[in-house]
Amino acid sequence: MKKKSVSSSLSRRQFLKGFGSGVAGSVALNKIASALPLQKTLEKAANDANRTPLNLSVNGKTYRLSVEPNRTLAEVIREDLQLTGTKVVCNHGECGACTVLLDGEAVYSCHILALDAEGKSVTTIEGLLGGEELHPLQKAFVKKDGIQCGFCTPGQIMAAQALLLKNPRPAKEDVLEGMSGNLCRCGAYPKIIESVLEAAKTD
Amino acid sequence: MRKKFSIVGKPVVRRDGLEKVTGQAKFADDINVPGQLYGVMVRIPVSHAKILSVDYSAVENHPAVAAICHAGDIPGAKKVGPIKQDQPVFCYDKVVTPGDVIAMLVGESEEELLKLRDLVKVEYEPLPVLTDPLKALKSDAPLIHPDQKSNLIVHHRLRKGDVDAGFAESDYILEQTYTTPFIEHAYIEPEAVIAVPREGDKGVHITGSIQNPFTTRKIVAKVLGFPLAKVRIQQAELGGSFGGKDDIMNILSARAALAALKTGRPVKIRYRREDSILESYKRHAYHLHYKVGFNKDGKIKAMKIDVVADGGAYSSMTPFVTWRTVVQATGPYETENVWTDVRGVYTNNPYTGAMRGFGSPQPIFAQESIMDEIAIQLGMTPDEIRRINGFKPGSVTATGHKLENHDVNLLTVLETAVTKTGFSEKWKKNQRRGKMLPDYAALEEISANPGPFILHKDDFLEPDEVYRKGIGLAVSFRGCSLGAEGVDAVAAYLSLQQDGSAYLLSGLAENGQGMRTTYSIVAAEVLGISPDDVFYLDLDTGYVGDSGPTVASRATLMGGGATRAAAEILRSRLENVLRQHWNLPENACFVFRDRQVYAENNPERKIAFAELCDLAYNQAVNLAAIGWYAGPKVHWDETVGQGPAYFTYVYGCQVAEVTVNIATGEVYVDRVVAVHDPGTVINLLGAQGQVYGGVTQGAGYGLWEEISVDKGFIRELNFDQYLIPTSKDIGEIVPIFVEGEDQYGPWGAKSLGEPTLELTAAAIANAVRNATGKRFFHLPLNLEEILLSKKLHPTSKNRGSA
Repeated sequence: MKKKSVSSSLSRRQFLKGFGSGVAGSVALNKIASALPLQKTLEKAANDANRTPLNLSVNGKTYRLSVEPNRTLAEVIREDLQLTGTKVVCNHGECGACTVLLDGEAVYSCHILALDAEGKSVTTIEGLLGGEELHPLQKAFVKKDGIQCGFCTPGQIMAAQALLLKNPRPAKEDVLEGMSGNLCRCGAYPKIIESVLEAAKTD
Repeated sequence: MRKKFSIVGKPVVRRDGLEKVTGQAKFADDINVPGQLYGVMVRIPVSHAKILSVDYSAVENHPAVAAICHAGDIPGAKKVGPIKQDQPVFCYDKVVTPGDVIAMLVGESEEELLKLRDLVKVEYEPLPVLTDPLKALKSDAPLIHPDQKSNLIVHHRLRKGDVDAGFAESDYILEQTYTTPFIEHAYIEPEAVIAVPREGDKGVHITGSIQNPFTTRKIVAKVLGFPLAKVRIQQAELGGSFGGKDDIMNILSARAALAALKTGRPVKIRYRREDSILESYKRHAYHLHYKVGFNKDGKIKAMKIDVVADGGAYSSMTPFVTWRTVVQATGPYETENVWTDVRGVYTNNPYTGAMRGFGSPQPIFAQESIMDEIAIQLGMTPDEIRRINGFKPGSVTATGHKLENHDVNLLTVLETAVTKTGFSEKWKKNQRRGKMLPDYAALEEISANPGPFILHKDDFLEPDEVYRKGIGLAVSFRGCSLGAEGVDAVAAYLSLQQDGSAYLLSGLAENGQGMRTTYSIVAAEVLGISPDDVFYLDLDTGYVGDSGPTVASRATLMGGGATRAAAEILRSRLENVLRQHWNLPENACFVFRDRQVYAENNPERKIAFAELCDLAYNQAVNLAAIGWYAGPKVHWDETVGQGPAYFTYVYGCQVAEVTVNIATGEVYVDRVVAVHDPGTVINLLGAQGQVYGGVTQGAGYGLWEEISVDKGFIRELNFDQYLIPTSKDIGEIVPIFVEGEDQYGPWGAKSLGEPTLELTAAAIANAVRNATGKRFFHLPLNLEEILLSKKLHPTSKNRGSA
């Protein structure tokens, strides 16, 4: 049975237009979310001897934090910076849901101490938005339906970003390999792979 | 003649895609409320014990502990459960499985509480541990729940015809036993819930990773002793469920609510993966014995089926899960004489409940394996034997239900899959290679007698000889929605705005499957608007009628039906406005399309949909409606297991092509062609997603996944040991939809989520048989099973280098 594809007949311009207003709203929200808890963190830091100062650069912005040495990068990103797009699923370096970029390389942020990220540049899913523009990978994941429940999606997209930074024109085999460190229980793999290939095409 | 749709059946991008790709979607643990406390569970490392005393003195005055919650705090029901109330919210007399919780420490620092919980002193008397359901059924077995007569949870019987006569008339009889393991849902998002005490008499508001908010509400209200209306449950964005965020979330919500009311502060519970796998319920492990009588011409004469399902420590959904098994256990085959017993049994294993498939993947693995064995014995191909016995229009099921009033297209899906894959030729070619896989013995036997395992020159295999190709198929029929399980009705609220945009909310829950998008398409199709004009509201039990649970692949069928009903109410109101406005007769018909409305016989005279909404609004027309869709009555006689169990059915056929490495035992799935009849496809992208997901989970079930227990303790507590498929583990998946006519649901749309999962393991097992010449009886078909016909488990509980 052949059916006409609605999404593929959309031009890129139409597609962007469709998402325009939603994205603008969400950027503002991000700013509020990251401003509030920081205040709390700094207050706490002043009277806690177990903490170590940390200058953490996340999504192009440097945060002056004070953290316990045993805290993981994932915890600091989620709790102190309230960037909740990064997910903790296994906390075991197995599933890839906490994937962020550290100096452009994909890392499992549950398996890195926050202090070890000092002096490096961290990019989370929130950092992929360019102003009002969705990142090509984000567009591709929507267009190619590389999502079901969406919980693994930020990690998938960050792993894909690291892959495309290294290899902007990957073959399907490279994508299968590059994405194999990120579990998706909904089993959206075929569409995740298609999404990454689509982004590589349009990037 | 199929209806022409403008949106239905086309690929429509997800309505919730934007928030999900930007990381902004708020899952339960992403929500924080000022002043919130955390709850941390206290457990004891034992599978079965009598609790003698609990001493909180080491923690009760600790500054990090704001409150301790235990059974004594519960004003209402201390034990809960969807069917039998046998599961304590907090254990007080006994512990019956290692996931059991005795108390919850509540405080500001989760980290501190995790350290403190070990200081709670529990004195207990260990009791004999029952982990084998067959032993638990013996009359002298200790009772897991002493207030019950035996360890039997439920016994479903189905009696049709005369099986003894059927076997006497049969040319051949085949008798085989199959087993399947416990399976973890492994939803990527671990459980999380936050309960907020509300002002005055407003009760409690709970937000969480909850699959079935209305069920959760019932349980929480019972535990708190509150009227239902004082408990509001809101579903956070849900990170996968697959049947799994039901009972566990009901209990976690009840604990969070108790703590919130006790402390007067918001309380959050969030599980780590280890907690999640330890305490959450599993898919039932089954023990299946089949005896099948058949004739030389391939016709099945009789089936006697004896199934024992390991219900684990609590009954949960076991009575319903095993009921689906008794209805569907023969598979989609005409059988005059059937005798089926399905028993669900208590053990000290992790408890089992609903999981995608719900009592069907297990019997399908057994029944489809046996059908292939019958074909091989008779020199037929697997498709031939299924053509002879498979359901046709007018066939009568094992429950005595005559299949009519819908497209009984079992043979259509079979032919489609067989043709698409060139099944018969490939199967025959592989089959001719004969038995190639040696019968390895268990390791201990090898070390005792290594002779046969020392390789000689003749044993050398050319590298390409190591890889064996196989192809296998499996078919099924599946009753849609709840059937005779219970009330089957759904509400949908649709509210049009003055500018033509709309709010939509159904009483069913978005579990990640894409339901919001599907319902938006249904509403948009009726009103001739775009799915982008429909804004889906967050599900809150306070805002929409109780629609039952989002289970049984009923969301598209039932909730789609309700959404269509709501949209049609509003459309008819708008049509009335337009008839008056344009002075048209009462029988004038309209076309709603592309955000325009025009009279059917005069496409030139148009009004924009938004303008029509504005017109109606200004005439004080009610632009909000509640649609209601109730399933037709079904009937079930439980003494003999007869009756029209479900009001309609779907059919599916999957063909798996595999490569088996006979040196390592590794099975690689090269391709799965999945042919399904979802009635009508509403959302093509969502439907494809269901197939990809179902096949992937089904392959995991077939090849890797197993929750194994050692004296009731789960060995696999995280994804380093519990292996779920990755992007590299499965080759191509090809979804094919054969649509049929059905009177139910929105434009005949039925079920798809579960049918896609239930077939894959069986198809793979048949493909492995075709590749190796050997039948495997115990899932999963992992490396050890293929090489040694048994599972190897680590003898030490230490993990990693510990």
